[in-house]
Amino acid sequence: MIETCDVAIIGAGPAGANAGIMAASQGCHTIIIDEQAMPGGQIWRAKSEAIKSAPMTPEIIDGDKLRVSIAESNLTHIANARVWQIERELDEWVLHFIINGRSEKIGAKVLILATGAREYVQPTPGWTLPGVIGLAGATALMKRDLLTPGKRTVVSGTGPLVFFVASEIRRLGGEVAAIVTPNSRADWLRALPSMSYRIDLLRRGFVWVADLLLAGIPIFWRHAIKQIDGETKVQSVKVTKLGNDWSPKGPAHLLEADSVCLGHGLQAASEASQLLGIDVKYQLELGGWVPEVQEDGITKINGLFICGDGAGIRGAAAAEIQGKLAGLSAAKSIRPEVNSSNLALLNSYRRASRFGMAMTGLSIPRKGFQKLITQETIVCRCESLLRCDIENEIETGAATTNAVKSGSRAGMGPCGGKYCQSTIAKIIADRENQSEEKIAPPTPRPPLRPVSASALSGEFEYTDLQIPKPAPL
Amino acid sequence: MIRLIPDSVSQIERAEEICFKFDGQPIKAHKGETILVALMKNGINHLRDAPMDGKPRGAFCCMGLCQECVVKVDGKLVESCETIATDGLIVQSLRH
Repeated sequence: MIETCDVAIIGAGPAGANAGIMAASQGCHTIIIDEQAMPGGQIWRAKSEAIKSAPMTPEIIDGDKLRVSIAESNLTHIANARVWQIERELDEWVLHFIINGRSEKIGAKVLILATGAREYVQPTPGWTLPGVIGLAGATALMKRDLLTPGKRTVVSGTGPLVFFVASEIRRLGGEVAAIVTPNSRADWLRALPSMSYRIDLLRRGFVWVADLLLAGIPIFWRHAIKQIDGETKVQSVKVTKLGNDWSPKGPAHLLEADSVCLGHGLQAASEASQLLGIDVKYQLELGGWVPEVQEDGITKINGLFICGDGAGIRGAAAAEIQGKLAGLSAAKSIRPEVNSSNLALLNSYRRASRFGMAMTGLSIPRKGFQKLITQETIVCRCESLLRCDIENEIETGAATTNAVKSGSRAGMGPCGGKYCQSTIAKIIADRENQSEEKIAPPTPRPPLRPVSASALSGEFEYTDLQIPKPAPL
Repeated sequence: MIRLIPDSVSQIERAEEICFKFDGQPIKAHKGETILVALMKNGINHLRDAPMDGKPRGAFCCMGLCQECVVKVDGKLVESCETIATDGLIVQSLRH
Protein backbone atom coordinates (compact mmCIF):
# COMPACT_ATOMS: atom_id res chain seq x y z
CA MET A 1 0.00 0.00 0.00
CA ILE A 2 1.30 3.44 -0.85
CA GLU A 3 0.32 6.68 0.81
CA THR A 4 -2.52 8.38 -1.06
CA CYS A 5 -3.54 12.02 -0.80
CA ASP A 6 -6.27 14.16 -2.31
CA VAL A 7 -4.04 16.61 -4.14
CA ALA A 8 -0.41 16.14 -5.14
CA ILE A 9 1.54 19.09 -6.56
CA ILE A 10 4.83 18.97 -8.41
CA GLY A 11 6.84 22.12 -7.78
CA ALA A 12 6.93 24.53 -4.83
CA GLY A 13 7.52 27.79 -6.67
CA PRO A 14 5.01 30.67 -6.64
CA ALA A 15 2.40 28.62 -8.54
CA GLY A 16 2.75 25.24 -6.82
CA ALA A 17 3.09 26.62 -3.32
CA ASN A 18 -0.01 28.83 -3.66
CA ALA A 19 -1.97 25.99 -5.23
CA GLY A 20 -1.01 23.82 -2.27
CA ILE A 21 -1.89 26.41 0.36
CA MET A 22 -5.25 26.97 -1.35
CA ALA A 23 -6.11 23.27 -1.73
CA ALA A 24 -5.12 22.58 1.89
CA SER A 25 -7.21 25.53 3.11
CA GLN A 26 -10.24 23.96 1.41
CA GLY A 27 -9.80 20.81 3.47
CA CYS A 28 -7.92 18.66 0.96
CA HIS A 29 -5.11 16.40 2.11
CA THR A 30 -2.35 18.00 0.04
CA ILE A 31 1.24 16.96 -0.65
CA ILE A 32 3.73 19.13 -2.49
CA ILE A 33 6.87 17.57 -3.98
CA ASP A 34 9.81 19.78 -4.84
CA GLU A 35 13.41 19.41 -5.97
CA GLN A 36 14.80 22.08 -3.68
CA ALA A 37 15.49 21.92 0.04
CA MET A 38 13.07 24.79 0.69
CA PRO A 39 9.95 26.06 -1.08
CA GLY A 40 10.28 29.15 -3.28
CA GLY A 41 11.14 27.93 -6.77
CA GLN A 42 13.81 29.64 -8.81
CA ILE A 43 12.56 33.16 -8.18
CA TRP A 44 12.34 32.90 -4.40
CA ARG A 45 15.10 30.33 -3.91
CA ALA A 46 16.12 30.17 -0.26
CA LYS A 47 19.66 30.74 1.01
CA SER A 48 21.76 27.68 1.79
CA GLU A 49 22.64 26.67 5.33
CA ALA A 50 26.13 28.03 4.67
CA ILE A 51 24.76 31.58 4.94
CA LYS A 52 24.29 32.55 8.57
CA SER A 53 23.19 36.09 7.86
CA ALA A 54 23.00 38.46 4.91
CA PRO A 55 21.17 41.65 3.94
CA MET A 56 17.53 41.13 2.97
CA THR A 57 16.48 41.33 -0.67
CA PRO A 58 12.95 41.61 -2.09
CA GLU A 59 13.25 38.00 -3.29
CA ILE A 60 14.15 36.75 0.19
CA ILE A 61 11.34 38.77 1.81
CA ASP A 62 8.71 37.39 -0.61
CA GLY A 63 10.17 33.89 -0.38
CA ASP A 64 10.20 33.92 3.42
CA LYS A 65 6.57 35.06 3.43
CA LEU A 66 5.68 32.07 1.27
CA ARG A 67 7.72 29.67 3.41
CA VAL A 68 5.95 30.88 6.54
CA SER A 69 2.54 30.42 4.88
CA ILE A 70 3.46 26.86 3.92
CA ALA A 71 4.70 26.10 7.42
CA GLU A 72 1.43 27.44 8.86
CA SER A 73 -0.76 25.48 6.44
CA ASN A 74 -1.79 21.84 6.64
CA LEU A 75 0.08 20.76 3.57
CA THR A 76 2.89 18.24 3.55
CA HIS A 77 6.04 19.39 1.81
CA ILE A 78 8.41 16.72 0.48
CA ALA A 79 11.75 18.42 -0.18
CA ASN A 80 14.79 17.35 -2.19
CA ALA A 81 12.62 15.00 -4.23
CA ARG A 82 12.59 14.64 -8.01
CA VAL A 83 9.56 13.21 -9.77
CA TRP A 84 10.79 11.05 -12.64
CA GLN A 85 7.65 9.18 -13.69
CA ILE A 86 3.89 9.70 -13.39
CA GLU A 87 1.38 6.93 -14.06
CA ARG A 88 -2.37 6.58 -13.99
CA GLU A 89 -3.56 3.51 -12.09
CA LEU A 90 -7.34 3.09 -12.10
CA ASP A 91 -8.59 6.51 -10.95
CA GLU A 92 -5.45 7.57 -9.18
CA TRP A 93 -2.16 9.21 -10.11
CA VAL A 94 1.02 7.49 -9.00
CA LEU A 95 4.08 9.69 -8.70
CA HIS A 96 7.52 8.11 -8.63
CA PHE A 97 10.25 10.28 -7.18
CA ILE A 98 13.88 10.02 -6.14
CA ILE A 99 14.62 11.01 -2.58
CA ASN A 100 17.82 10.24 -0.63
CA GLY A 101 19.07 8.15 -3.54
CA ARG A 102 15.99 5.89 -3.55
CA SER A 103 12.87 5.78 -5.64
CA GLU A 104 9.61 6.14 -3.73
CA LYS A 105 6.02 6.69 -4.75
CA ILE A 106 2.81 8.29 -3.59
CA GLY A 107 -0.73 8.18 -4.92
CA ALA A 108 -3.05 11.14 -5.48
CA LYS A 109 -6.65 11.62 -6.57
CA VAL A 110 -5.77 14.91 -8.24
CA LEU A 111 -2.49 16.16 -9.65
CA ILE A 112 -1.37 19.77 -10.13
CA LEU A 113 1.69 20.34 -12.31
CA ALA A 114 3.58 23.51 -11.36
CA THR A 115 6.85 22.60 -13.02
CA GLY A 116 7.84 26.16 -13.89
CA ALA A 117 10.17 27.31 -16.59
CA ARG A 118 13.47 26.40 -18.11
CA GLU A 119 15.95 28.81 -19.63
CA TYR A 120 16.57 28.83 -23.36
CA VAL A 121 20.22 29.43 -24.11
CA GLN A 122 20.99 29.73 -27.76
CA PRO A 123 24.16 27.82 -28.62
CA THR A 124 27.08 30.22 -29.06
CA PRO A 125 30.58 29.29 -30.28
CA GLY A 126 32.51 28.46 -27.09
CA TRP A 127 29.45 28.17 -24.82
CA THR A 128 30.60 24.78 -23.51
CA LEU A 129 33.78 26.27 -21.97
CA PRO A 130 33.93 26.09 -18.18
CA GLY A 131 32.99 29.49 -16.81
CA VAL A 132 29.96 29.93 -19.07
CA ILE A 133 26.73 29.47 -17.14
CA GLY A 134 23.08 30.23 -17.78
CA LEU A 135 21.65 33.55 -16.60
CA ALA A 136 19.13 31.58 -14.57
CA GLY A 137 21.98 29.47 -13.21
CA ALA A 138 23.73 32.64 -12.10
CA THR A 139 20.64 33.71 -10.15
CA ALA A 140 20.58 30.28 -8.49
CA LEU A 141 24.22 30.60 -7.35
CA MET A 142 23.70 34.14 -6.14
CA LYS A 143 20.41 33.51 -4.35
CA ARG A 144 21.45 30.28 -2.67
CA ASP A 145 25.10 30.88 -1.84
CA LEU A 146 25.64 34.59 -2.59
CA LEU A 147 28.38 33.48 -4.97
CA THR A 148 29.29 35.44 -8.11
CA PRO A 149 29.83 33.51 -11.36
CA GLY A 150 33.49 34.60 -11.48
CA LYS A 151 35.76 37.55 -10.81
CA ARG A 152 34.97 39.45 -14.01
CA THR A 153 31.83 38.51 -15.90
CA VAL A 154 30.23 39.34 -19.21
CA VAL A 155 26.46 39.24 -18.71
CA SER A 156 24.67 38.58 -21.97
CA GLY A 157 21.16 37.83 -23.06
CA THR A 158 17.62 39.03 -23.61
CA GLY A 159 14.94 40.54 -21.41
CA PRO A 160 15.23 41.90 -17.87
CA LEU A 161 17.37 39.15 -16.37
CA VAL A 162 20.70 40.58 -17.62
CA PHE A 163 20.22 43.73 -15.54
CA PHE A 164 19.23 41.82 -12.41
CA VAL A 165 22.19 39.44 -12.76
CA ALA A 166 24.68 42.25 -13.44
CA SER A 167 23.38 44.23 -10.49
CA GLU A 168 23.59 41.22 -8.16
CA ILE A 169 27.14 40.39 -9.31
CA ARG A 170 28.20 43.88 -8.27
CA ARG A 171 26.30 43.75 -5.00
CA LEU A 172 28.05 40.49 -4.15
CA GLY A 173 31.53 41.82 -4.87
CA GLY A 174 32.10 40.72 -8.47
CA GLU A 175 33.06 42.82 -11.46
CA VAL A 176 30.85 43.16 -14.53
CA ALA A 177 32.96 43.45 -17.70
CA ALA A 178 29.94 44.45 -19.78
CA ILE A 179 26.28 43.81 -20.43
CA VAL A 180 25.57 42.54 -23.93
CA THR A 181 21.90 42.45 -24.90
CA PRO A 182 20.17 41.96 -28.25
CA ASN A 183 17.37 44.26 -27.04
CA SER A 184 17.59 47.92 -27.94
CA ARG A 185 16.61 50.86 -25.76
CA ALA A 186 13.64 51.35 -28.10
CA ASP A 187 12.47 47.76 -27.41
CA TRP A 188 12.35 48.64 -23.72
CA LEU A 189 10.53 51.93 -24.31
CA ARG A 190 7.86 50.09 -26.28
CA ALA A 191 7.40 47.61 -23.41
CA LEU A 192 6.97 50.34 -20.77
CA PRO A 193 3.17 50.74 -20.98
CA SER A 194 2.58 47.03 -20.27
CA MET A 195 4.95 47.27 -17.33
CA SER A 196 2.87 49.84 -15.47
CA TYR A 197 1.23 46.97 -13.53
CA ARG A 198 4.40 46.50 -11.52
CA ILE A 199 5.70 49.97 -10.73
CA ASP A 200 7.81 48.39 -7.98
CA LEU A 201 9.68 46.18 -10.45
CA LEU A 202 9.93 48.99 -12.98
CA ARG A 203 11.56 51.15 -10.34
CA ARG A 204 13.99 48.41 -9.37
CA GLY A 205 14.88 48.00 -13.03
CA PHE A 206 15.68 51.69 -13.35
CA VAL A 207 17.89 51.52 -10.25
CA TRP A 208 19.77 48.50 -11.65
CA VAL A 209 20.48 50.27 -14.94
CA ALA A 210 21.27 53.63 -13.32
CA ASP A 211 23.70 51.98 -10.91
CA LEU A 212 25.45 50.16 -13.76
CA LEU A 213 25.70 53.36 -15.79
CA LEU A 214 27.04 55.34 -12.81
CA ALA A 215 29.72 52.68 -12.40
CA GLY A 216 30.67 53.15 -16.06
CA ILE A 217 29.85 49.57 -17.00
CA PRO A 218 29.41 49.34 -20.77
CA ILE A 219 25.97 48.25 -21.94
CA PHE A 220 26.10 46.94 -25.49
CA TRP A 221 22.50 47.39 -26.70
CA ARG A 222 21.45 45.41 -29.80
CA HIS A 223 24.61 43.32 -29.53
CA ALA A 224 25.32 39.64 -28.92
CA ILE A 225 28.22 37.39 -28.09
CA LYS A 226 29.78 36.03 -31.26
CA GLN A 227 32.37 33.79 -29.68
CA ILE A 228 33.77 32.80 -26.30
CA ASP A 229 37.44 31.81 -26.15
CA GLY A 230 39.73 30.16 -23.63
CA GLU A 231 41.78 27.01 -23.01
CA THR A 232 40.12 25.27 -20.07
CA LYS A 233 38.21 28.33 -18.88
CA VAL A 234 36.75 31.53 -20.32
CA GLN A 235 39.44 34.11 -21.13
CA SER A 236 37.84 36.44 -23.66
CA VAL A 237 34.56 37.18 -25.38
CA LYS A 238 33.90 38.63 -28.82
CA VAL A 239 30.73 40.69 -29.20
CA THR A 240 29.08 41.88 -32.37
CA LYS A 241 26.40 44.38 -33.33
CA LEU A 242 23.06 43.02 -34.51
CA GLY A 243 20.71 44.17 -37.23
CA ASN A 244 16.97 44.70 -36.73
CA ASP A 245 16.21 40.99 -37.10
CA TRP A 246 19.13 40.27 -34.74
CA SER A 247 21.41 38.84 -37.40
CA PRO A 248 25.08 39.66 -36.76
CA LYS A 249 26.32 42.78 -38.46
CA GLY A 250 29.62 44.59 -38.29
CA PRO A 251 32.99 43.99 -36.63
CA ALA A 252 33.55 42.32 -33.26
CA HIS A 253 34.78 43.91 -30.02
CA LEU A 254 36.98 41.92 -27.68
CA LEU A 255 36.24 41.80 -23.94
CA GLU A 256 38.38 40.14 -21.29
CA ALA A 257 36.52 38.09 -18.69
CA ASP A 258 36.83 34.85 -16.73
CA SER A 259 33.11 34.07 -16.83
CA VAL A 260 30.00 34.56 -18.93
CA CYS A 261 26.31 34.42 -18.04
CA LEU A 262 24.15 33.66 -21.05
CA GLY A 263 20.39 33.31 -21.50
CA HIS A 264 17.68 33.99 -24.06
CA GLY A 265 14.38 33.82 -22.31
CA LEU A 266 12.31 31.21 -20.51
CA GLN A 267 10.21 28.37 -21.83
CA ALA A 268 7.45 26.36 -20.15
CA ALA A 269 8.78 23.08 -18.74
CA SER A 270 5.99 21.01 -20.27
CA GLU A 271 7.44 17.47 -20.43
CA ALA A 272 5.31 16.19 -17.57
CA SER A 273 2.16 17.68 -19.11
CA GLN A 274 2.95 16.15 -22.50
CA LEU A 275 3.81 12.82 -20.92
CA LEU A 276 0.30 12.69 -19.46
CA GLY A 277 -1.34 13.38 -22.80
CA ILE A 278 -1.86 17.13 -22.79
CA ASP A 279 -1.47 18.68 -26.24
CA VAL A 280 0.98 21.52 -26.67
CA LYS A 281 0.48 24.51 -28.92
CA TYR A 282 2.94 27.10 -30.16
CA GLN A 283 2.42 30.51 -28.59
CA LEU A 284 5.48 32.64 -29.13
CA GLU A 285 4.16 35.35 -26.79
CA LEU A 286 4.25 32.75 -23.98
CA GLY A 287 7.76 31.53 -24.77
CA GLY A 288 7.04 28.85 -27.40
CA TRP A 289 5.33 25.48 -26.90
CA VAL A 290 2.83 25.51 -24.04
CA PRO A 291 0.34 22.93 -22.78
CA GLU A 292 -3.36 23.49 -23.45
CA VAL A 293 -4.83 24.65 -20.17
CA GLN A 294 -7.52 27.05 -19.01
CA GLU A 295 -6.87 30.13 -16.88
CA ASP A 296 -8.18 28.27 -13.83
CA GLY A 297 -5.71 25.41 -14.38
CA ILE A 298 -8.28 22.96 -15.75
CA THR A 299 -7.10 20.63 -18.54
CA LYS A 300 -8.89 18.14 -20.78
CA ILE A 301 -7.83 15.32 -18.46
CA ASN A 302 -9.96 14.74 -15.39
CA GLY A 303 -8.00 15.27 -12.21
CA LEU A 304 -5.08 17.00 -13.91
CA PHE A 305 -4.38 20.71 -13.45
CA ILE A 306 -1.51 22.90 -14.67
CA CYS A 307 -0.49 26.34 -13.42
CA GLY A 308 2.31 28.88 -13.42
CA ASP A 309 5.14 29.29 -15.91
CA GLY A 310 4.77 25.60 -16.82
CA ALA A 311 1.54 26.68 -18.56
CA GLY A 312 3.28 29.54 -20.44
CA ILE A 313 5.72 32.23 -19.32
CA ARG A 314 3.66 34.93 -17.58
CA GLY A 315 6.02 35.55 -14.67
CA ALA A 316 5.94 35.03 -10.92
CA ALA A 317 3.08 37.40 -10.05
CA ALA A 318 0.74 35.69 -12.51
CA ALA A 319 1.99 32.27 -11.37
CA GLU A 320 1.05 33.02 -7.75
CA ILE A 321 -2.50 33.90 -8.74
CA GLN A 322 -2.93 31.05 -11.20
CA GLY A 323 -1.66 28.73 -8.47
CA LYS A 324 -4.53 29.87 -6.24
CA LEU A 325 -7.02 29.41 -9.09
CA ALA A 326 -5.72 25.91 -9.86
CA GLY A 327 -5.74 25.06 -6.15
CA LEU A 328 -9.43 26.04 -6.01
CA SER A 329 -10.24 24.05 -9.17
CA ALA A 330 -8.46 21.01 -7.78
CA ALA A 331 -10.22 21.35 -4.42
CA LYS A 332 -13.59 21.57 -6.17
CA SER A 333 -12.93 18.31 -8.01
CA ILE A 334 -12.37 16.63 -4.61
CA ARG A 335 -15.08 18.49 -2.69
CA PRO A 336 -17.87 19.65 -5.00
CA GLU A 337 -19.17 22.09 -2.39
CA VAL A 338 -16.09 24.31 -2.87
CA ASN A 339 -16.86 27.55 -4.68
CA SER A 340 -14.09 27.78 -7.25
CA SER A 341 -15.28 30.78 -9.24
CA ASN A 342 -13.41 33.87 -8.20
CA LEU A 343 -13.72 36.77 -10.59
CA ALA A 344 -11.43 39.05 -8.58
CA LEU A 345 -8.61 36.49 -8.74
CA LEU A 346 -9.19 35.95 -12.44
CA ASN A 347 -8.98 39.67 -13.16
CA SER A 348 -5.81 40.15 -11.20
CA TYR A 349 -4.35 37.10 -12.97
CA ARG A 350 -5.02 38.74 -16.33
CA ARG A 351 -3.41 42.01 -15.23
CA ALA A 352 -0.34 40.24 -13.87
CA SER A 353 -0.07 38.19 -17.07
CA ARG A 354 0.22 41.32 -19.16
CA PHE A 355 3.37 42.34 -17.30
CA GLY A 356 4.90 38.87 -17.50
CA MET A 357 4.12 38.57 -21.18
CA ALA A 358 5.74 41.94 -21.90
CA MET A 359 8.93 40.57 -20.32
CA THR A 360 8.59 37.36 -22.33
CA GLY A 361 8.13 39.44 -25.48
CA LEU A 362 11.44 41.21 -24.86
CA SER A 363 13.18 37.89 -24.26
CA ILE A 364 12.21 36.03 -27.42
CA PRO A 365 15.04 35.86 -29.96
CA ARG A 366 14.25 37.24 -33.42
CA LYS A 367 14.69 35.30 -36.62
CA GLY A 368 18.22 36.41 -37.58
CA PHE A 369 19.64 35.52 -34.16
CA GLN A 370 20.28 31.88 -35.03
CA LYS A 371 22.78 32.99 -37.69
CA LEU A 372 25.16 33.31 -34.74
CA ILE A 373 25.13 29.50 -34.43
CA THR A 374 27.98 28.63 -36.78
CA GLN A 375 28.29 25.21 -38.42
CA GLU A 376 31.01 24.28 -35.90
CA THR A 377 29.00 25.31 -32.80
CA ILE A 378 28.03 22.54 -30.38
CA VAL A 379 24.23 22.31 -30.34
CA CYS A 380 23.75 19.14 -28.26
CA ARG A 381 26.09 19.55 -25.30
CA CYS A 382 25.72 15.99 -23.98
CA GLU A 383 26.73 14.29 -27.23
CA SER A 384 28.99 17.13 -28.51
CA LEU A 385 26.97 17.36 -31.73
CA LEU A 386 27.66 20.39 -33.91
CA ARG A 387 25.18 22.40 -35.95
CA CYS A 388 26.59 20.74 -39.10
CA ASP A 389 25.88 17.28 -37.59
CA ILE A 390 22.25 18.29 -37.04
CA GLU A 391 22.01 19.77 -40.55
CA ASN A 392 23.49 16.59 -42.07
CA GLU A 393 20.81 14.58 -40.27
CA ILE A 394 18.10 16.91 -41.66
CA GLU A 395 19.72 16.54 -45.10
CA THR A 396 19.17 12.76 -44.95
CA GLY A 397 15.44 13.35 -44.51
CA ALA A 398 14.93 13.92 -40.78
CA ALA A 399 12.29 16.67 -40.83
CA THR A 400 11.03 16.36 -37.23
CA THR A 401 12.69 16.72 -33.84
CA ASN A 402 11.92 13.03 -33.14
CA ALA A 403 13.65 11.97 -36.36
CA VAL A 404 16.75 14.09 -35.67
CA LYS A 405 16.84 12.67 -32.16
CA SER A 406 16.70 9.02 -33.20
CA GLY A 407 19.12 9.56 -36.05
CA SER A 408 21.78 11.61 -34.31
CA ARG A 409 21.26 10.96 -30.56
CA ALA A 410 20.76 14.72 -30.04
CA GLY A 411 18.58 14.81 -26.94
CA MET A 412 19.35 11.28 -25.73
CA GLY A 413 22.16 12.34 -23.40
CA PRO A 414 22.01 12.90 -19.65
CA CYS A 415 20.14 16.23 -19.87
CA GLY A 416 17.31 14.56 -21.74
CA GLY A 417 17.26 17.14 -24.52
CA LYS A 418 16.42 20.05 -22.22
CA TYR A 419 19.16 22.24 -23.68
CA CYS A 420 19.14 21.32 -27.39
CA GLN A 421 15.63 20.55 -28.57
CA SER A 422 14.42 24.12 -29.07
CA THR A 423 17.51 24.94 -31.11
CA ILE A 424 17.13 21.80 -33.19
CA ALA A 425 13.52 22.75 -33.96
CA LYS A 426 14.73 26.19 -35.06
CA ILE A 427 17.39 24.63 -37.32
CA ILE A 428 14.84 22.25 -38.87
CA ALA A 429 12.42 25.14 -39.45
CA ASP A 430 15.21 27.12 -41.09
CA ARG A 431 16.40 24.28 -43.34
CA GLU A 432 12.90 23.16 -44.32
CA ASN A 433 11.66 26.72 -44.81
CA GLN A 434 8.88 26.15 -42.29
CA SER A 435 7.61 28.32 -39.47
CA GLU A 436 8.65 27.17 -35.99
CA GLU A 437 5.06 26.37 -35.03
CA LYS A 438 5.15 23.51 -37.54
CA ILE A 439 8.10 21.83 -35.79
CA ALA A 440 6.78 20.21 -32.62
CA PRO A 441 9.02 19.25 -29.69
CA PRO A 442 10.00 15.56 -29.46
CA THR A 443 7.81 13.07 -27.61
CA PRO A 444 8.84 13.23 -23.95
CA ARG A 445 9.73 9.93 -22.31
CA PRO A 446 10.32 9.01 -18.70
CA PRO A 447 12.48 9.45 -16.75
CA LEU A 448 11.60 13.13 -16.45
CA ARG A 449 14.82 13.54 -14.46
CA PRO A 450 18.00 11.43 -14.59
CA VAL A 451 17.66 8.35 -12.39
CA SER A 452 20.53 6.09 -11.39
CA ALA A 453 20.01 2.35 -11.72
CA SER A 454 20.95 1.95 -8.04
CA ALA A 455 18.06 4.25 -7.02
CA LEU A 456 15.67 1.84 -8.72
CA SER A 457 17.28 -1.42 -7.64
CA GLY A 458 18.08 -0.40 -4.05
CA GLU A 459 20.88 -2.02 -2.03
CA PHE A 460 21.47 -5.71 -2.65
CA GLU A 461 24.17 -8.38 -2.45
CA TYR A 462 24.95 -10.31 -5.58
CA THR A 463 24.71 -13.55 -3.58
CA ASP A 464 21.08 -12.69 -2.78
CA LEU A 465 20.10 -12.63 -6.43
CA GLN A 466 18.10 -15.68 -7.42
CA ILE A 467 19.50 -16.85 -10.69
CA PRO A 468 17.55 -19.65 -12.37
CA LYS A 469 19.47 -22.69 -13.54
CA PRO A 470 20.41 -22.50 -17.19
CA ALA A 471 18.12 -24.43 -19.48
CA PRO A 472 19.55 -27.81 -20.51
CA LEU A 473 21.16 -27.79 -23.93
CA MET B 1 31.84 56.47 -6.69
CA ILE B 2 28.10 56.76 -6.01
CA ARG B 3 26.49 53.34 -5.63
CA LEU B 4 22.72 53.09 -5.72
CA ILE B 5 22.98 49.43 -4.70
CA PRO B 6 25.62 49.08 -1.99
CA ASP B 7 28.13 46.27 -1.86
CA SER B 8 26.76 43.60 0.51
CA VAL B 9 29.90 41.49 0.89
CA SER B 10 30.94 42.84 4.30
CA GLN B 11 27.50 42.03 5.72
CA ILE B 12 27.47 38.36 4.75
CA GLU B 13 28.23 35.92 7.53
CA ARG B 14 28.99 32.37 6.48
CA ALA B 15 29.04 29.10 8.42
CA GLU B 16 32.25 27.55 9.77
CA GLU B 17 34.80 26.18 7.37
CA ILE B 18 35.23 22.54 6.49
CA CYS B 19 37.67 20.90 4.10
CA PHE B 20 37.26 18.28 1.39
CA LYS B 21 39.49 16.94 -1.35
CA PHE B 22 39.08 17.45 -5.06
CA ASP B 23 41.44 15.26 -7.09
CA GLY B 24 43.68 15.14 -4.03
CA GLN B 25 43.77 18.93 -3.59
CA PRO B 26 42.37 20.27 -0.29
CA ILE B 27 39.43 22.63 -0.86
CA LYS B 28 37.98 24.84 1.85
CA ALA B 29 34.21 25.20 1.96
CA HIS B 30 31.63 26.65 4.29
CA LYS B 31 29.45 24.04 5.95
CA GLY B 32 26.23 23.68 3.97
CA GLU B 33 27.66 24.73 0.60
CA THR B 34 27.52 22.55 -2.46
CA ILE B 35 30.67 21.02 -3.92
CA LEU B 36 30.26 23.28 -6.95
CA VAL B 37 30.09 26.49 -4.94
CA ALA B 38 33.25 25.60 -3.03
CA LEU B 39 35.12 24.71 -6.22
CA MET B 40 34.03 27.88 -8.01
CA LYS B 41 35.13 30.02 -5.06
CA ASN B 42 38.52 28.39 -5.39
CA GLY B 43 38.62 29.31 -9.07
CA ILE B 44 38.01 25.73 -10.26
CA ASN B 45 35.54 25.57 -13.15
CA HIS B 46 36.88 22.68 -15.23
CA LEU B 47 35.19 19.59 -13.76
CA ARG B 48 34.91 17.17 -16.62
CA ASP B 49 35.99 16.37 -20.14
CA ALA B 50 33.11 15.64 -22.49
CA PRO B 51 32.94 11.93 -23.39
CA MET B 52 32.61 12.46 -27.15
CA ASP B 53 35.11 15.23 -27.98
CA GLY B 54 37.22 15.31 -24.81
CA LYS B 55 36.79 19.09 -24.46
CA PRO B 56 36.68 20.75 -21.01
CA ARG B 57 33.30 21.25 -19.34
CA GLY B 58 31.99 22.72 -16.13
CA ALA B 59 28.75 23.73 -14.45
CA PHE B 60 26.18 25.25 -16.78
CA CYS B 61 22.59 25.29 -15.46
CA CYS B 62 23.54 25.27 -11.74
CA MET B 63 20.14 23.79 -10.83
CA GLY B 64 20.40 20.05 -11.38
CA LEU B 65 19.17 19.77 -14.96
CA CYS B 66 22.05 19.79 -17.45
CA GLN B 67 24.38 17.22 -15.80
CA GLU B 68 27.45 19.14 -16.95
CA CYS B 69 28.85 19.48 -13.42
CA VAL B 70 28.85 15.80 -12.43
CA VAL B 71 31.78 14.59 -10.35
CA LYS B 72 32.51 11.32 -8.57
CA VAL B 73 31.88 10.83 -4.86
CA ASP B 74 32.32 7.32 -3.40
CA GLY B 75 32.45 5.90 -6.90
CA LYS B 76 29.05 7.39 -7.74
CA LEU B 77 28.31 10.19 -10.18
CA VAL B 78 26.70 13.15 -8.44
CA GLU B 79 25.70 16.65 -9.53
CA SER B 80 28.22 18.92 -7.84
CA CYS B 81 25.66 21.76 -7.97
CA GLU B 82 23.20 19.85 -5.77
CA THR B 83 25.53 17.83 -3.52
CA ILE B 84 26.51 19.38 -0.21
CA ALA B 85 30.23 19.28 0.59
CA THR B 86 31.03 17.61 3.90
CA ASP B 87 34.23 17.56 5.91
CA GLY B 88 36.72 15.01 4.60
CA LEU B 89 34.70 14.20 1.47
CA ILE B 90 36.74 12.72 -1.39
CA VAL B 91 35.63 14.17 -4.71
CA GLN B 92 37.05 13.22 -8.08
CA SER B 93 36.73 15.10 -11.32
CA LEU B 94 35.88 13.44 -14.60
CA ARG B 95 38.81 15.10 -16.32
CA HIS B 96 40.89 12.73 -18.41
